[in-house]
Amino acid sequence: MSPAVRSLEVVKARMALEIAGLYAGYNEINILWDIHLTVKEGKCVALVGSNGGGKSTLLKTIAGLVKPSRGNIHFDGADITNLKSPQIVKHGISLIPEGYKLFRGMTVHENLLLGAYQIKDRKLILDQIEKIYEIFPEMKERQKQLAGTMSGGQQQMCSIGRGLMSNPKLLLIDELSLGLAPLLVELLVKKINEIHKKTNMSILLVEQDVETAFSIADYGYVIESGHVTLQGKAKDLLENPTIVSSYLGL
Amino acid sequence: MDVLLEVENVSKFFGGLGANQNLTFNIEGGEIIGLIGPNGSGKTTLINVITGNYTADSGRIRFIGRDIVGLTPYVINRLGIARTYQVVQPFVGMSVLENVATGALFGRSGKNRTLKAGLEKANEVLALCRIVDKRNELVENLTIADVKRLEIAKAMATDPHLLLLDEVMAGLSPKEIDDALEIIAKINKMGVTLLVVEHVMKAVMAISHRVIVLHQGKLMAIGNPEAIVKDEQVIKAYLGEKYVTRRKKSGGS
Repeated sequence: MSPAVRSLEVVKARMALEIAGLYAGYNEINILWDIHLTVKEGKCVALVGSNGGGKSTLLKTIAGLVKPSRGNIHFDGADITNLKSPQIVKHGISLIPEGYKLFRGMTVHENLLLGAYQIKDRKLILDQIEKIYEIFPEMKERQKQLAGTMSGGQQQMCSIGRGLMSNPKLLLIDELSLGLAPLLVELLVKKINEIHKKTNMSILLVEQDVETAFSIADYGYVIESGHVTLQGKAKDLLENPTIVSSYLGL
Repeated sequence: MDVLLEVENVSKFFGGLGANQNLTFNIEGGEIIGLIGPNGSGKTTLINVITGNYTADSGRIRFIGRDIVGLTPYVINRLGIARTYQVVQPFVGMSVLENVATGALFGRSGKNRTLKAGLEKANEVLALCRIVDKRNELVENLTIADVKRLEIAKAMATDPHLLLLDEVMAGLSPKEIDDALEIIAKINKMGVTLLVVEHVMKAVMAISHRVIVLHQGKLMAIGNPEAIVKDEQVIKAYLGEKYVTRRKKSGGS
């Protein structure tokens, strides 16, 4: 192997997620237009932009819940474009959906177990659950409580925990802060940052609140009407006044 | 210009949720009003309340001086208010022309029209909405861009004074959005007043004379697009409170 080829291989290995020329939508309604995006291994990237822009659709497409009509998605060098969600989870991608989407009539513990339904090793599952309980002690206290009876913040913790149960390499988070009190958001941001540091997990985060987004992410993409209109380092984006016009259209 | 629509302290609740809370604003004849706000802020509810699909729990709505709260949607349509639906509602099994002729024969001037005149009106409107070449297609065979235009055409065929558009640009390509903007501008030039709900911010800001911002069911701001994008409350609602605070501290613009 020539050195040039080898260095290319190295670069490729550092890209956890690579999206190229992606189009996707619902039935005939196209939402995403020619999206190019990468998440480097161990990095945290945010998708920001006003509502209706296609941020959630992008996460759902990566997770296999929405089928792309064109373009491709690579993860750890493997083409996952047309895989089904369970296979995508097996590749190491996990989605924390908007609005928690817990099994409300099941306990916290049962919800967490479901996050690991593809893992067959019982001991591995129990170890993983203990790790979740270490991160969120409140979930341990409430492990027998029905998920639907908890507050929004507690449900978000449980949802994050469930997403972590498959021990993903890439965590997709759809709206961490939506509808939650500022203090709780700060706590969740702290927890996500801890997890990120400890595990070197890559994170792709959808977040409308830009400060919250960039208190976690070091790189960001601004999405407007299904197009990437701006991208750059968190610091640069926060200083860039055009971010307001990409949200508000003027 | 005269006031066309007066909305005064209008509220609509679903259980404990105030989808529209004490909304007050006027729309003048000939205006294009943009209606924006985060998901769940009450935009579609407001359209439903104006058209009589929902009845306001309190407050007054007057259209050309007449109280319309409590009237049924078809009566309100015949007074001159028409709407499109975010989730398109074509008459399946009928052709494009038949869909639009239905509006022409039903609406404000419908009872004075013969079938022939209704079809003529439909053809005119189809030309305006740029789908006249699809007139003999069954609606189920149309692309989404054409169904969205059909949605506008059906509403326009009822001869409205006020047209309410609910996300007619969602899912369209940039070229199709430009077309839609041209159609809207043309409709406005014909003397029709418009209230446009839209997520495509560039489009809504480009076309609106004034913009109304709803947030959690309340009216947060109303003004021309230039004022709206500078409004601190609006920036907070969209980008977050901390962003505005930090920007102020750093003295940036």
